[in-house]
Amino acid sequence: MTTVSPNGHRTAFVDNDQKPCGHGRMLRKEDPRFVRGKGRYVDDLQLPGMLHLAVLRSPLAHARVLSVDTSLAEAHPKVRLVVTGAMLAEKGLAWMPTLSGDVQAVLATDKVRFQGQEVAFVVAEDRYAARDALELIDVEYEALDPVIDVRTALSPDTPVIRDDLEGKADNHCFDWETGDAAEAEAAFARADVVVGEDIVYPRVHPAPMETCGAVADYDPVDGKLTLWSTTQAPHAHRTLYALVAGLPEHKIRVVSPDIGGGFGNKVPIYPGYVCAIVGSLFTGKPVKWMEDRSENLISTGFARDYVMRGEIAATRDGKILALRTQVLADHGAFNGTAAPVKYPAGFFGVFTGSYDLEAAYCKMTAVYTNKAPGGVAYACSFRITEAVYLVERMVDCLAYELGMDPIELRMRNFIRPEQFPYRTRTGWVYDSGNYAPTMELARQMAGYEELRAEQAAKRARGELMGIGVSFFTEAVGAGPRKDMDILGLGMADGCELRVHPTGKAVVRLSVQSQGQGHETTFAQIVAEELGIPPQDIEVVHGDTDRTPFGLGTYGSRSTPVSGAAAALVARKVRDKAKLIASSMLEVSAADLEWAKGSFQVAGDPKASVTIQDIAMRAHGAGDLPDGVEGGLEAQICYNPENLTYPHGAYICVVDIDPGTAKVTVRRFVAVDDCGTRINPMIIEGQVHGGLTDGVGMALMEMIAFDEDGNCLSGSLMDYLIPTSLEVPDWETGFTVTPSPHHPIGAKGVGESATVGSPPAIVNAVVDALRPFGVRHADMPLTPSRVWEAMQGRPTPPI
Amino acid sequence: MTRISVKVDGTNYQDEVEPRLLLIHYLRDRLGLTGTPVGCDTSNCGACTVDLDGASVKGCSVLAVQADGSEVTTVQGLTSNGEWTGLQQAFHERHALQCGYCTPGMLMAARDLLRDNPHPTSDEVRHALEGNLCRCTGYQNIVRAVLDASEQEVRT
Repeated sequence: MTTVSPNGHRTAFVDNDQKPCGHGRMLRKEDPRFVRGKGRYVDDLQLPGMLHLAVLRSPLAHARVLSVDTSLAEAHPKVRLVVTGAMLAEKGLAWMPTLSGDVQAVLATDKVRFQGQEVAFVVAEDRYAARDALELIDVEYEALDPVIDVRTALSPDTPVIRDDLEGKADNHCFDWETGDAAEAEAAFARADVVVGEDIVYPRVHPAPMETCGAVADYDPVDGKLTLWSTTQAPHAHRTLYALVAGLPEHKIRVVSPDIGGGFGNKVPIYPGYVCAIVGSLFTGKPVKWMEDRSENLISTGFARDYVMRGEIAATRDGKILALRTQVLADHGAFNGTAAPVKYPAGFFGVFTGSYDLEAAYCKMTAVYTNKAPGGVAYACSFRITEAVYLVERMVDCLAYELGMDPIELRMRNFIRPEQFPYRTRTGWVYDSGNYAPTMELARQMAGYEELRAEQAAKRARGELMGIGVSFFTEAVGAGPRKDMDILGLGMADGCELRVHPTGKAVVRLSVQSQGQGHETTFAQIVAEELGIPPQDIEVVHGDTDRTPFGLGTYGSRSTPVSGAAAALVARKVRDKAKLIASSMLEVSAADLEWAKGSFQVAGDPKASVTIQDIAMRAHGAGDLPDGVEGGLEAQICYNPENLTYPHGAYICVVDIDPGTAKVTVRRFVAVDDCGTRINPMIIEGQVHGGLTDGVGMALMEMIAFDEDGNCLSGSLMDYLIPTSLEVPDWETGFTVTPSPHHPIGAKGVGESATVGSPPAIVNAVVDALRPFGVRHADMPLTPSRVWEAMQGRPTPPI
Repeated sequence: MTRISVKVDGTNYQDEVEPRLLLIHYLRDRLGLTGTPVGCDTSNCGACTVDLDGASVKGCSVLAVQADGSEVTTVQGLTSNGEWTGLQQAFHERHALQCGYCTPGMLMAARDLLRDNPHPTSDEVRHALEGNLCRCTGYQNIVRAVLDASEQEVRT
């Protein structure tokens, strides 16, 4: 089923029911505390006797650590503890496993491998004294040649970064391939048109407003460690701490309180968390670590950094036959990529996009460089940002070559609705999709034909206006446990629902919001299924002692996995409620009908009991049916059978100042289809945020390095993120194509706009630059880079 | 140590502080007023915006000793007797916040704007909030909320 309904940005706000009992535009339950400054973020926590931790970081990208002298720091009157790599090595804690099964130094022992790497830490009475003491530590380094350019990292005479790994003689990290090389070769051989392009997705950073931090509190009496931390995956973190530190899981409580944005930055375990734990273990006091912005930008999980060679093959009349690509992936000094174990390149395999191809092939090589670890972050859905950027740029290059309209070319090659579930040439099974109406709605909302006429008139006058299109298929909701795990932990999610005697309820989730509105929407999911108003349903998440096990929030997986669990656990409670209702109404359960919030006797609506009546009976005096226990609660662990595959059509209009080469995004139309919509208001907010990410990545943001490995984007002075002035009013619309395998037909959506918008913006800029013969220019399309492209000198951004 | 006297959210405080102590850390760590967060170290993000004697300032770029003899209002001083201000209500109704981290500073900057310019245009709102970064909302709903609070029809 697909319904199409335009929802322009100029519609009246709060247009329908304020208190839906289920899905609908409901105002957020989170807001009252946030608008009053009553949120509870990690740095707000103050515990009796709490100490403060600061980390000493390497000024060099690659150097041997010859000595670390901490004597002056230890003599500082407010310092309680100074710890070096050598001290951690004695306890076996100097290295920790990463989410990719590599290892990463907690504190450097042998050498430093990126600028900003952790070398030592200080615990002091306040944050000022801790910083002071860092200045008193004297480290002697022997500089080594850094490896910065991923293109030369595998050259024979290049220094070996990871000499800690047994027998490692080069900077090779891993190889990966997907698709069928021979099939692709054959398709390319018989193509009329082949277009190739070198495309770089530069290194960027999620830069959440709140940096990473933690408060560790080890109680030496009962041996229990409590860790409040900025984590998107508290249960997975707890298990990994248990495996590393040797503390049993029931003696570790990880609490993820309110998180000031995550965007994938807060999935990995960082050395700072481990240092805070060590600090508390050594001092017996609570220890707070809160990094500053510079530390966040230079040392925590970056995103992207794929250097790609794309090739697309087609017939002269625009039938796309095949796509292939070679990728060089820069993983930094340690492979810390957060991705399911069997997917070292994430879900890049969906690079065939929304098109019905005959063949596809990808060959990837990942390498180590002297940069911070990361790669999977910033709403990438496990590398789908890169995949969608590649295919949507290549399709535009083909349209340019064929002289064909970019929408027309896409329409001709879409996977058709009757082909779903559709198995791609790289083995992904798309659940559902109806692409043409989504593209058509975007075209109508944009007034595409008028825009092209305007562009032609402007071009005749020498003005630079561009129109960019992208159409994407996402893959979110990892994932089926037979295929997907993080270090052996299957990617399923638990959910527990308990209805109290008076009919109020609490639902406990394993996922962890960082602003996506779970406290509101999960109450809505349960309300829709159980008829209890969402205001009466408390959503608990983020505390491993109070919530069921699960893998956390990233990859837009909350709705596909945990959302399914919430619906199914509510149905389990409803099934039990039905048995109790049958005894209350003295009829067979088969004679009962569910009327959202009550069971009534078929044909006699007056004979009914509400879910609240049933809850009281479940806890009260009086008999229950044979075999039915007291209470009204259930739990579930949901294992998804497939991912969900939302899609979207985006159209961007840019103007470029011919004198300064400054790009302005004048309009942006975004039509998203994420199946059943739980809360349209929240979806729109997610889309607005993601589109803004797209403007940042396409036009402003980049983590750059000089040849010595100095990070040139280590603060918000140089790492530019969009302000209110760089973004337009967004124009959003939607279509609805439910996921057939999801209990409520909902798909994930949070990352769609971040995935889909950069190619639309770049396609628009390249379109504007047509008079200069530009076929491709790499992000970030800053004025200087656009100016270079206008002079015929588009250069890769490394 | 330097002695300071400062009124914050209606309460008078007298304290001994190091001259280098930033106002934001005085508010957060000494007074426990953690409603105003820190988002950067280069005065760009505006998450720490508070009102100092009638002007919005970035609390990370003012020393506590500079606030001696002054009156400071933080987001936690906006609500009296449980009543929200029109701006707080509008942020809620327009879904102008997600993670909530920039919200306190955003509210204070918007309050400053509306005091100087009670009926701003959409462009004027965007310019007034240029010093306040947000990673979640894409700004549009924030602009709408401020316009709503100014009791003005949305002008595009």
